[in-house]
Amino acid sequence: MLKHLSFKGGVHPNDNKKQTSGKKIEILEVPKILTYPVQQHLGAPCTPCVQVGDYVKMGQKIADSDAFVSAPIHASVSGTVIDIKPCPVWNGTMVESIIIENDFTDTLDDSIKPIDYMSIDPDEIPGIVRDAGVVGMGGATFPTHIKLNPPDKSKIDTIIINAAECEPYITSDHRVMLETPEEVIEGLQIILKRFGITNGHIAIEDNKPDAIALMKEKCAGTGISVDTLKKKYPQGSEKHLIYAVTKRKVAGGKLPADVGVIVVNVDTCTAIARKFKYGTPLMRRIVTVVGTPFEKEVNYNVRIGTGIDYIIEKNGGFREEPGKVIIGGPMMGVAQFRLNIPVIKGTSALLAFTPEEAKIPPEENCIRCGKCVKNCPMNLMPLHLQQYANADNMEACEKYNVTSCIECGCCSYGCPSKRQLVQSIRIAKRKVMGIQRERAQKGRQG
Amino acid sequence: MENLKLSVSSTPHIREKNSIQDVMLDVIIALMPVAFAAVLLFGQRAFAVMLVSVISCVGFEWLYTALTHQKRTIGDFSAVVTGLLFAFCLPANVPYYIVVIGAFVAIIVAKQFFGGIGQNFMNPALVGRVFVLASFPVALTNFPWDKINLFPKTAEVLTGATPLSKEWVDAAPSLKTQFLGVFEGGAPLPGCIGETCALAILIGLAYLLIRKVISIRIPLSFVGSVFVMTLLFGNNAVVSVQNPLAAVLSGGILLGAVFMATDYVTTPTTVWGQVIFGIGCGVITCIIRFWGGYPEGVSFAILLMNILTPLIEKWTAPKPFGYVKERGGK
Repeated sequence: MLKHLSFKGGVHPNDNKKQTSGKKIEILEVPKILTYPVQQHLGAPCTPCVQVGDYVKMGQKIADSDAFVSAPIHASVSGTVIDIKPCPVWNGTMVESIIIENDFTDTLDDSIKPIDYMSIDPDEIPGIVRDAGVVGMGGATFPTHIKLNPPDKSKIDTIIINAAECEPYITSDHRVMLETPEEVIEGLQIILKRFGITNGHIAIEDNKPDAIALMKEKCAGTGISVDTLKKKYPQGSEKHLIYAVTKRKVAGGKLPADVGVIVVNVDTCTAIARKFKYGTPLMRRIVTVVGTPFEKEVNYNVRIGTGIDYIIEKNGGFREEPGKVIIGGPMMGVAQFRLNIPVIKGTSALLAFTPEEAKIPPEENCIRCGKCVKNCPMNLMPLHLQQYANADNMEACEKYNVTSCIECGCCSYGCPSKRQLVQSIRIAKRKVMGIQRERAQKGRQG
Repeated sequence: MENLKLSVSSTPHIREKNSIQDVMLDVIIALMPVAFAAVLLFGQRAFAVMLVSVISCVGFEWLYTALTHQKRTIGDFSAVVTGLLFAFCLPANVPYYIVVIGAFVAIIVAKQFFGGIGQNFMNPALVGRVFVLASFPVALTNFPWDKINLFPKTAEVLTGATPLSKEWVDAAPSLKTQFLGVFEGGAPLPGCIGETCALAILIGLAYLLIRKVISIRIPLSFVGSVFVMTLLFGNNAVVSVQNPLAAVLSGGILLGAVFMATDYVTTPTTVWGQVIFGIGCGVITCIIRFWGGYPEGVSFAILLMNILTPLIEKWTAPKPFGYVKERGGK
């Protein structure tokens, strides 16, 4: 058997996928009230293009922006705009949100028409993807049309579908591959068509053998290669995935396009495919609901804009009081202090821990065991970076490449002294990036 | 759902199930074969020395943390490891008060004065050993030639120097004796409690490697460089050494390479740093052995390299993933 593709470093947490990986995606009942924050992506927030009292149809654009890095937002139901006001979102802030009261008719917008991607000019594809509001569905929510419009598109020779899903507990991508493999492949073919190339890869971790087998079967004869990756966190990190599949290394501060590669998430592909096949923009998302406190552990097909509290209520509530509720996975997800927040484009999972599981172990002295150095997929020395960070020595942090940190958390995860390594490093990274920006600005002025 | 008490923290939200205690317990388990071999070879007195050493080390650490109102850290078992290692580099017939003095220096001076676990820059057990070696040279180089029981029928025990000293050159022990730490007749190979039985040390090494507590880098580069140094310069030494294998098995090289030079706190964390550290230990050991005033140099070699550790780590800091050499320059 061939060795499964991988990279150096990383950790092997219990993947906890069996709770949900065998269960079919369930369609969640649509709520009466849906909330659409105008910022559901990385980049500039949108401005609402509807007003309170307007009737909107399902799939109608309700917010957009002129900024380069941004993506429009669409109504996922038909109904009336009842309010536009700041509402709490996943990262703890308040964001201007459009609130729609559902009329439960799901009247489709007139603009929704299938597009035959074979008959159009490939240069039109990014614009259509933008119109559909597609962003990276893995959680980073980077607008996809920008990836499809690199500075030099002739340099791109490889497209990789990121189906590693290395975060423990989450199985939404896994289920998408099992239930709609054709849409995944069609999405990939549309992207390949955009660049006029044929070198497509679907990279899947070896803890999903059923998905690997199915994708291989469906890809037969298409020329698309299905690659088996070793189960290891953070295998889904863009740079490490590119290295595992192509052995190319993306340098610090560079983009995948600089080494000729575009990486797209599985569900992003299906969103692109649906736009061309049915004409529908991005309106739904698969959310894994998992964790011991939940009454039921399952994947839901949820309309974007649905409240987290509504999902939990429909799921039967909590079996036992949770100590922590996380949006995303346990390694990089964001812990929530309130649940009246909506599902947005990047909400891949809803994970709950019991108070016992949520306990934060006390920090001990570093014994310099070197495990963080061994685990770091970016070859950094977290033990020293943390000391410099805590001493506020930003010069040393910069010298020891704090800005290369991808905040995957492998250092903190493996530390026997339970030190808050990535937690401190993350703060230092922000500070150093700020210092670098200031320096660049001064350089430009002087 | 409004009244939930939700804790919020920065990622990651899960941690591997491990602790300092687990690491130290693994080391203690790895030290057990050596401890058993010591009792078999040197008799009950070896056990008593180990016991006194461990109790003193743990006691001093508890006392220090209690007197200075710091968190009691004896629960992490690192003092037990120090106690065992310190006992391993003493002769079985050493007076008990020397053990207690050495334990004091190891725990209080070398470890707690610098901030306790993780903060010491030299291996505490070796600092303790070097201190008592300099203070009580006779007691520390007088090794028993027979088993010593705690309540002996005759008071006299035959003692002498180790095979590393000049007197032994003509009557060098066989490799088998060096490997097992015992002569054909059953008499122990003279030496410190934990250094004579290579077999027991190698069993400990295997355990540490299987449990991934240490990597093979430091032991291999340490022992390898002693081997090479002996091949190259053994004949030029003050006391000529012919067989590199015998050189590797003699004295505290294996004990030092496996258990002392792999101490987390005082050795580099980088891959190449560990290789440089091991080679440095081997080379300094051989220089002291071949041309120095002491017949044994392992402790000094490791302590000197401990001091260099921060520098070595700086030199060998790895380049970040995807690093490209900056253009221009040479």
